[in-house]
Amino acid sequence: MTDVAAPSFVRQELAPERPAPVRSTGFVGFVRARLLNSPTNILLTIVSLLLLWYSIVPAFKFLMVDAVWTGKDRSACLAENAGFSVGACWPYIQAKLPQLIYGFYPEAERWRVNLALVLAAILLLPLLVPRLPAKGLNAGLFFFAFPVIAFFLLHGGGISGFGVSWTAGLLRLFDDSIAGAGEVLLDLGKGSAIGPLLWLIGKFIMLIGAAISWLILPLTWLSDRIHGTGASVWVDFAVTTVVVSLIAFMLGGGVRSGWRAVGWSIATFVAIAIVIKLMGLDRGGLPIVPTNLWGGLLVTLVVSVTGIVTSLPIGIALALARRSTIPLIRIFSIAFIEFWRGVPLITVLFFATYMLPLFLPGNFSVDGLVRALIGIALFTGAYQAENVRGGLAAIPRGQGEAAAALGLSWWRTTSLIVLPQALRHVIPSLVNSFISLFKDTSLVSIVALFDLLGSLRASFSDPKWSTPSTLFTGFAFTGMIYFAFCFGMSRYSLFVEKRLNAHRRN
Amino acid sequence: MSTDARKPPAQIALRIRRALGGKAGWNGVAVQLGFAAVLGWIGYEIIANARTNLETQHIAAGFGFLRNNAGFDVNQTLISYTGSDTFLRVFVVGLLNTLVVSLVGIIFATALGFVVALCRLSPNWLLSRVGEIYVEIIRNLPLLFQILFWYLAVLAALPNPRASISLFGLVFVSNRGLVIPRPIGEAGFEPFLAAAAFGILASLALRIQARRALFREGRMIRIWPYVLGLLFALPLLTMLVFGAPFALELPQLKGFNFAGGARIIPEFVALTLALSIYTAAFIAEIVRAGILSVHKGQMEAGSSLGLSRGTTLRLIVMPQAMRVIVPPLTNQYLNLTKNSSLAVAIGYPDLVSVFAGTSLSQTGQAIEIIAMTMGVYLALSLATSLVMNIYGARLNRSLGA
Repeated sequence: MTDVAAPSFVRQELAPERPAPVRSTGFVGFVRARLLNSPTNILLTIVSLLLLWYSIVPAFKFLMVDAVWTGKDRSACLAENAGFSVGACWPYIQAKLPQLIYGFYPEAERWRVNLALVLAAILLLPLLVPRLPAKGLNAGLFFFAFPVIAFFLLHGGGISGFGVSWTAGLLRLFDDSIAGAGEVLLDLGKGSAIGPLLWLIGKFIMLIGAAISWLILPLTWLSDRIHGTGASVWVDFAVTTVVVSLIAFMLGGGVRSGWRAVGWSIATFVAIAIVIKLMGLDRGGLPIVPTNLWGGLLVTLVVSVTGIVTSLPIGIALALARRSTIPLIRIFSIAFIEFWRGVPLITVLFFATYMLPLFLPGNFSVDGLVRALIGIALFTGAYQAENVRGGLAAIPRGQGEAAAALGLSWWRTTSLIVLPQALRHVIPSLVNSFISLFKDTSLVSIVALFDLLGSLRASFSDPKWSTPSTLFTGFAFTGMIYFAFCFGMSRYSLFVEKRLNAHRRN
Repeated sequence: MSTDARKPPAQIALRIRRALGGKAGWNGVAVQLGFAAVLGWIGYEIIANARTNLETQHIAAGFGFLRNNAGFDVNQTLISYTGSDTFLRVFVVGLLNTLVVSLVGIIFATALGFVVALCRLSPNWLLSRVGEIYVEIIRNLPLLFQILFWYLAVLAALPNPRASISLFGLVFVSNRGLVIPRPIGEAGFEPFLAAAAFGILASLALRIQARRALFREGRMIRIWPYVLGLLFALPLLTMLVFGAPFALELPQLKGFNFAGGARIIPEFVALTLALSIYTAAFIAEIVRAGILSVHKGQMEAGSSLGLSRGTTLRLIVMPQAMRVIVPPLTNQYLNLTKNSSLAVAIGYPDLVSVFAGTSLSQTGQAIEIIAMTMGVYLALSLATSLVMNIYGARLNRSLGA
């Protein structure tokens, strides 16, 4: 085997140098691979460049280069005065900025709007950063305390009673309505074929009404006595505090474990008392600013924040009801959800503006803004219900069964085990709903409310500022505001989604 | 000492309890009774209040007002309408206008949406960024804002009819809207229509035949030459034999406005533009998600079988992507139809604008009119979801799930 001469080859000279491979990294490689790798792609690149060139350059020229920055009225933004073809007319925005933000809110009271906005920002920002603690307290403040404070801050006015008088008044209204229904049935029974039956039902309902009026007698007596005293708000407040704390004590487990609940309840009431004292609610509060003076970004934010705060509980309740096994409740919530999801928001707003007043007692007039808010809350609530339902469906059955095995009731299972997980799952889709809610608030301008878009449209009709570029300037400015809010929210939803899926990344 | 097996509980009683009260049993029944009482009370309050309020406002409830004369004009009607027609006819006119703008919007939105989706999926980095910018900007601006932008800013900035922009002398764009040539039927119209209808039906039949041959016997039949012939050559032939089917009436500038031709009102143009551009952004995202949902291996498997890239896309990727695309796409079509109600902001005479707007303010019959308007949209959306449920069920069956 050794005599087989192995053909050996030893290279005598150096191999010729090969050209370096085409760069596939860095900027040049990127351009080569993603922009210019084939004739079609070169063509597409050129087309996109042209598209960008013809959209970005004119926009930049309009907003910056050709823009007029200072001036007192329309004459500054006319081409013959400026000496060049005028782009954006920014003095117009400067002049109209208060109207776009506050509407016709009285100038002396605008600090209230600013204060409310600052409060909202202070409460909202820590809520959005996942790392910060005390989410429960923060959410409670934002979702429950802030709306009330903001109402008294923005609208003004005070209170004449507290818990006891409100409950008594509400129950009295309810009782009157029941008695009224009984009387109507008695009246109907007189001339009808099934008269005796109607009479019987009417009598029965009136009996119930009488029973309820006896039941609530202590409460109404108390409320009447309180109104007799001088400082009715504070007496009422003290009585409410005692009653609510007692109830909390009982529900919290009595002497054994109820002290904690009492502590929370008293702390809450002390906070409420401080707010009442600070804002002078017992002495009439701040001067009232009727909502028809509100406008601009203020209305947009009020409508969207109210929509967000109210639609979530409505949505959760509807979603739970839709998954319930109790037939009537399930059917009702399915019908409710499908109805509101099936109609356009604008018809809902028409409904709230023209039909709702007909359904309420004649002496009971609802503010135009509140009517729109009710419509939007119901509409968005139906959409949120479907989002929440998706989250509920994603929770494995085992979670609920494990909770049941530990002996938790349905309420505790839902509120402690199922809902926290479900809501965390659906934060991205909830935020997406909030984005569309924010965009949809622009529709209130159709039912004669002046939100940001409505104020913009109103400002177009001012002859003092009518120039060829006024319209485009106004749209550009408002568009930037809307875009900033919506884009911010969508980025936040992406951030949360990434955080939620962090465990699945690999 | 043996214990007898306990008797199983009576099934009937359990079933009844379950049916009446769900898992909660008799508690559930009690909850339902309370709930029904509250609902009944609210319903009673609503009816009683509505009755007294209508009485004080002297409005007669009921649908009798539909037979009254409307007495106002509508600036775009598909069926003949004058001010002396009834409110019922106003309702039909508005409904047709809603349907027209939705249909046109859907067609444009789908086309634009697919194009943008393809841009976003393009391997070309710049093009996909362009698509992304489009989607981000359009999705983050309110639709009403966009409608007003097109209507108030862009269309109003166009020149007046005398200086209107003309495209090949056929179409004229001005601030009074779009003027296009109007086709007027001539002698050859009916044979042309018949030939076109026959062509469409025959090509559909051919396609079914070809697919059957492909799936049953594995034969590929090339049908596109025949389809082209049926769709284009046959109508052309009838045109040669019977004469032109229609003549185009060209718009002429006379004085300050156009004579002849068909005018499309600017409200329609603005609404269609805004609706299709807005919805296209959402459709693009849906289509993109659908195509991305098909696993990469499907494409690779297709090419390993020797199929070309186009054939793989057409036969393997798209059918699977369509499954994901179709339900949300239908949802978007429905959204577009519902959003067309924003026409009321610029005065396009759609259902909400002429019926829930003008008719409501003239008659004051708020309950009936809003109920009818909501009913139309509700019926549309329920019908769509019914069709989608049937589609979903068929899909599940065909997947063998």
